Amino acid sequence: MTLYLIKRLAVLVASTAVAGVVVFAFMALLPGDPAEVALGVNATPEAVAALRKQFGTDRAPVAQFLDWFGGLLHGDFGTSYVTSSPIGPQISDRLGVTAVLVLGGMVVALAIAVPLGTFAAVHHRNPLGAAISAVSQVGIAIPAFLAGILLVFVFAVQAQALPSGGYVPIAENPGEWLRSLLLPWLSLGLVQGAVLTRYVRSAVLDVMREDYLRTARAKGRGSTGALWRHGLRNASIPVVTVLGLQLATLLIGAVVVERVFVIPGLGDLLLNGVAGRDLLLVQGVVMVLVAAVLLINFVVDVAYHLLDPRLR
Amino acid sequence: MRRIGIWIAAGGLLLATAACGGTSSGGGSSSTPKNQSLSVGFVAEPANLDFTSTEGAAIPQALLVNVYEGLVKLDQDGKIVPLLAEKWEVSPDRKTYTFALRKDVKFSSGAPFTADDVAFSLDRVKTDWKLKIKSQLDVVDKVEKKDDSTAVVQLKKPSNGFLYSMATRLGAMFSRTGVSDLANKPVGTGPYTLGSWRRGDSIQLNANPSYWGTKPSLTSITLKYFKDATAMNNALLTGGIDVISAVQAPESLQQFADPNRFQTVEGTTNGEVVLSMNNSRPPFNDKKARQAVRYAIDHKALLDTAWAGRGQLIGSMVPPTDPWYEDRTGDYPYDPAKAKQLLGGKTLSVKMRIPNLPYAVASAQVVKSQLAQVGINAEIEPLEFPARWLDVVFKQGDYDLSIINHVEPRDMGIFADKSYYFRYDNPEFGKLLASADEGTEQQQTDDLKKAAKLLSDDAAADWLFLFPNLIVAKKGVTGLPKNAIAESFDFTALAKQQ
Repeated sequence: MTLYLIKRLAVLVASTAVAGVVVFAFMALLPGDPAEVALGVNATPEAVAALRKQFGTDRAPVAQFLDWFGGLLHGDFGTSYVTSSPIGPQISDRLGVTAVLVLGGMVVALAIAVPLGTFAAVHHRNPLGAAISAVSQVGIAIPAFLAGILLVFVFAVQAQALPSGGYVPIAENPGEWLRSLLLPWLSLGLVQGAVLTRYVRSAVLDVMREDYLRTARAKGRGSTGALWRHGLRNASIPVVTVLGLQLATLLIGAVVVERVFVIPGLGDLLLNGVAGRDLLLVQGVVMVLVAAVLLINFVVDVAYHLLDPRLR
Repeated sequence: MRRIGIWIAAGGLLLATAACGGTSSGGGSSSTPKNQSLSVGFVAEPANLDFTSTEGAAIPQALLVNVYEGLVKLDQDGKIVPLLAEKWEVSPDRKTYTFALRKDVKFSSGAPFTADDVAFSLDRVKTDWKLKIKSQLDVVDKVEKKDDSTAVVQLKKPSNGFLYSMATRLGAMFSRTGVSDLANKPVGTGPYTLGSWRRGDSIQLNANPSYWGTKPSLTSITLKYFKDATAMNNALLTGGIDVISAVQAPESLQQFADPNRFQTVEGTTNGEVVLSMNNSRPPFNDKKARQAVRYAIDHKALLDTAWAGRGQLIGSMVPPTDPWYEDRTGDYPYDPAKAKQLLGGKTLSVKMRIPNLPYAVASAQVVKSQLAQVGINAEIEPLEFPARWLDVVFKQGDYDLSIINHVEPRDMGIFADKSYYFRYDNPEFGKLLASADEGTEQQQTDDLKKAAKLLSDDAAADWLFLFPNLIVAKKGVTGLPKNAIAESFDFTALAKQQ
């Protein structure tokens, strides 16, 4: 197990470093000069040149990369071209908001998928179970932003029950915080829930066909009891893997959902950064997102090991 | 079936939380009825709050007149009216402006506003400002303090543009002790001060309790920023905001048609939506080809299709709120036969490189189909705005046709710069502009009328329409600025009926 952990950690560090190079290279390929965008159409060439020097974008790409990546290693993300303030604190503020959004979406997805998927598996021979898998198939086809727009239309515009967008920090007003997050959570969670439902269903179905479950039933447990006691842990192994992949998808979905619901999270920061050619900021945000995805995969792999004794 | 059940269950949960949230916030506002506030939706959030070194309309829109004041300001009809200067005198040679300043004015930091601050602020434009617009005040020779409440500005030569520039952000008055952190802490003399700024979300302005003039009737105004037009519309529909500062898609107005809930204000702007033609390379270095484009476009039909008929046809680079405006829409009436004749039976293939902005995309489709009818095949290529468009079209001039809204006030002068992306080159035009600036006001008006006619005759570009100012607000909001012809969104008269 320890050896496995060390190996996986080494892979994690190496992939993060490679990601850094790739992210930087892509930013360098992005057309548009940050200094020109910052100063707009009314800038003098001298002012643009001075700003380029101030940003350090007049230097060789390699020097810029080493500077940036060296800074990252001790937690310094650099200074934003556009706001002239340090990038690190901006990212950590926004990361908190996005994390709450993604985790909430995950909770909603699980709350839908685990009972529904299990139910659909247990009753896979009756029409209700079939209906659940059919409906979840439809849910998979709906992108999160579309779900968001529909939810806003129903619950905010028509019912006037919830705000259509905006974000209230929990410290300011916990009730409003919850209200501002319900629709975004739902729009992320419903779609992911539909995806997960199918995985839960097939995982539980597989487990139900296992010999040990038949034995348990033969020993007098009801089929639900047997599943509950012996089946779900085993069914959770493939589901955890998918969960990790889904978490990464949720993170991407959150970028879009933040725009629909006007939530100042990482996605919002990222899109602003791209539009304003605030390259250091964009690099920083993308690195954080990449690192998050890599970390999630790492955790999934480790969890997989813990859940399945055969791998140890 | 089960799926529907979940929807209903989720709905019940939502309604339950909504209900308790609703009552708590309702209770809060009714207990303090005098605490009046409004929130206004905007599309572009300022990157920072320093308009002396950062380009972009969003900063002066939020801060000018509201937080920073100048000696003069533009009123709703485009006239220059007193603000921090009670009055001013112009010497007979029109090179000396003597401003009599208000005596009871204080900055929000508590420092008194005097003639020293006028000198300081105007000198700073030369020394510290980073933007090219600062050259508009190059004409200022020196600024002197006669006494605390009299400032004298000496010009190098007579200039009509000077006083107008003083009504823009260039004339904003700064405190000598308040410029250490302009990007985050604005210090001005205006009716509002910066309350808080939640980046990515909103800026709150609070009423300035020691304001010298009529105190605002609102205690605070929140500027809420939306990147998405639909999100902004929804916010007004659901009560998240009280005002949409500028409607992004006129066809969405029908959502707000109920007069018991909403009001719509329609006025004009300084924004000329220009179909620019590259005057320096074929085919549009040929005046006949440019004229053909102007004849080929049915402007009325274009406005109806692309912008729901909102806006005004102008025909040259002057909005109707400028004193030298003349209706030039008759210069090139819609006449496809004449366009074909000017092209001499040839067909042209051109690149139409437009910014990926709603009005430009909508207009480009119509332009393309109308040009096709006279034999000009335009290939539309949308470019990401601002970065790509600035680089390819604006800087490199690599385009045949483009469409962009030129929002700067009194910006006809851009055609005098032959390196500007129109690449228009007519020395006669530059002469008219120079003599307009130095002459009397009457001469200015006459010369600029001639200049606008020259642009139109030369078909230096085509003017598709004047961008409308469209505001939607909840019923009961008063004091909305009808015309958006200054750089600021003027909050000073804004109020809410009880």
